[in-house]
Amino acid sequence: MYMAGFGGQGVLLAGTLLSHAAMNEGKNVSFMPSYGVEKRGGAAMCTVVISDGEVGSPVIGNPSVGVFLNQASFDKYCPMIKAGGTCIVNTSLVDPATCAREDIEIIPIPMNAIAMEMGDARMVNMVAVGAYAARTGAVSPAALAEALKDTLPERNHKYIPDNIRVLEAGAARISHH
Amino acid sequence: MAKRLLVRGNEAICRGAIEAGCRYYFGYPITPQNDIPEYMSREMPNVNGVFIQAESEIASVNMVMGAAATGARAMTSSSSPGISLKMEAISYMAGMELPCLIVNISRSGPGLGGIDASQGDYFQAVKGGGHGGYHILVLAPASIQEMYDLTMLAFDLAEIYRIPAMILGDAVVGQMKEPLVPHPRPDRELPAKDWALRGKSGGEQRYIKSLYLGDGELEAHNWKLYAKYQEMKAKESRWEDFLTSDADLIVTGFGSAARIAKTAVMMAREEGLKVGLLRPITLFPFPSAAFAERTLRCKKILDVELNTGQMVEDVRLSVARDAEVHFYGRPSGTGSLPTPEEILGQIKKYY
Repeated sequence: MYMAGFGGQGVLLAGTLLSHAAMNEGKNVSFMPSYGVEKRGGAAMCTVVISDGEVGSPVIGNPSVGVFLNQASFDKYCPMIKAGGTCIVNTSLVDPATCAREDIEIIPIPMNAIAMEMGDARMVNMVAVGAYAARTGAVSPAALAEALKDTLPERNHKYIPDNIRVLEAGAARISHH
Repeated sequence: MAKRLLVRGNEAICRGAIEAGCRYYFGYPITPQNDIPEYMSREMPNVNGVFIQAESEIASVNMVMGAAATGARAMTSSSSPGISLKMEAISYMAGMELPCLIVNISRSGPGLGGIDASQGDYFQAVKGGGHGGYHILVLAPASIQEMYDLTMLAFDLAEIYRIPAMILGDAVVGQMKEPLVPHPRPDRELPAKDWALRGKSGGEQRYIKSLYLGDGELEAHNWKLYAKYQEMKAKESRWEDFLTSDADLIVTGFGSAARIAKTAVMMAREEGLKVGLLRPITLFPFPSAAFAERTLRCKKILDVELNTGQMVEDVRLSVARDAEVHFYGRPSGTGSLPTPEEILGQIKKYY
């Protein structure tokens, strides 16, 4: 899968969380960040491959799922999603009409709005991961909750319950969908 | 099963080095290897080790030379332009026969180039990047587990053959994260370091030098180094073989390119094409025999590299005379990393 947005949206943390959860569930996984020389505001993108067998290439050209948090990443990567695949789109910042594809499923979720409703816009990445996990079943909600301990630095462990609530809110948008 | 850790490649090198008993790290920052000095600066003090960020690449590699001369396990790391700066000292250490580890998490070039994954440093690494006609041991990991395991192996082989060792990686294997199973350094019998300098302690005088001025001395020294390289070729060539026994086309490549190609090979197999992968793990010594043997039967090789064609020269020198060697390269920069789908297209073109 691809996950992409701009620097500061927590895309790389989200990919790492997903990778930890998959590894803890006994799967094989690779997390490949594509990073620019910029920090905040630049493009941030990662490729996560989760497999029951051996992970071959950490780089993939046509992922089955894409999660896109801003317009630039959606416009760049939506055309690469494999036919029959899924695009989970942050409609708070993305107009999905810019990529007219009939052969993939587009799931619109206003991620910023949900994160803000839950108390902190910075948790937009957790909405995304929650939705991705619920849609694909790649990792279980319990594994995600557990993996937060491995992914977040010790000093931020006090925010784990908040993050779990937002993961659940993201997942809930899938059942509504 | 041992607990798996999700670890970045650069960190896996550090963990492997510390497990291998390396207690001296000297370096100077450059992307995309900065996770190495970051980790070492944090962890070396915890194992009574030394971390020094020197004033330059050149200073840091000369600190490695000093530590290695005393028989200590010492290392430095950098990325392509920084490795170029270290080349003078690497040539000296090859001449002095000093075991040490140099890590090149290479970036695209020439010159300052860019920070993206590249395999443009193959020639520099395996053909003796400095002056004087020498080789060093070069290992090319393709996974995070190999970043760890081959770092430990590099220190051991460096001591067995009294030779500098290099880990040649790039931003793909350096920056990506995968599960790592840490384990103790495998037992291996190592020669006594009866050459190491130990200060003014009595006993016989020892020299470590690369200057030989006596009649015939330097020629003899070079033949000695040559014999060592031949012995390494015979004993230490390593490679990964994936489905080559019935293959009609064998894909080859090293490090990250081979990793990407492996998925292309799996995709080809799903489509019923008999394709395999032969991945050199040691770039020097190059596993020539593995290519020679397989091309007695399989006559098509496709070499994939992140450059315009470097390892392919060694492949051509190694295969059976009637084998076809095709090349697909992407000299890298931002947005130039090939995908498995792209390599599958190349496989079909030549199959």
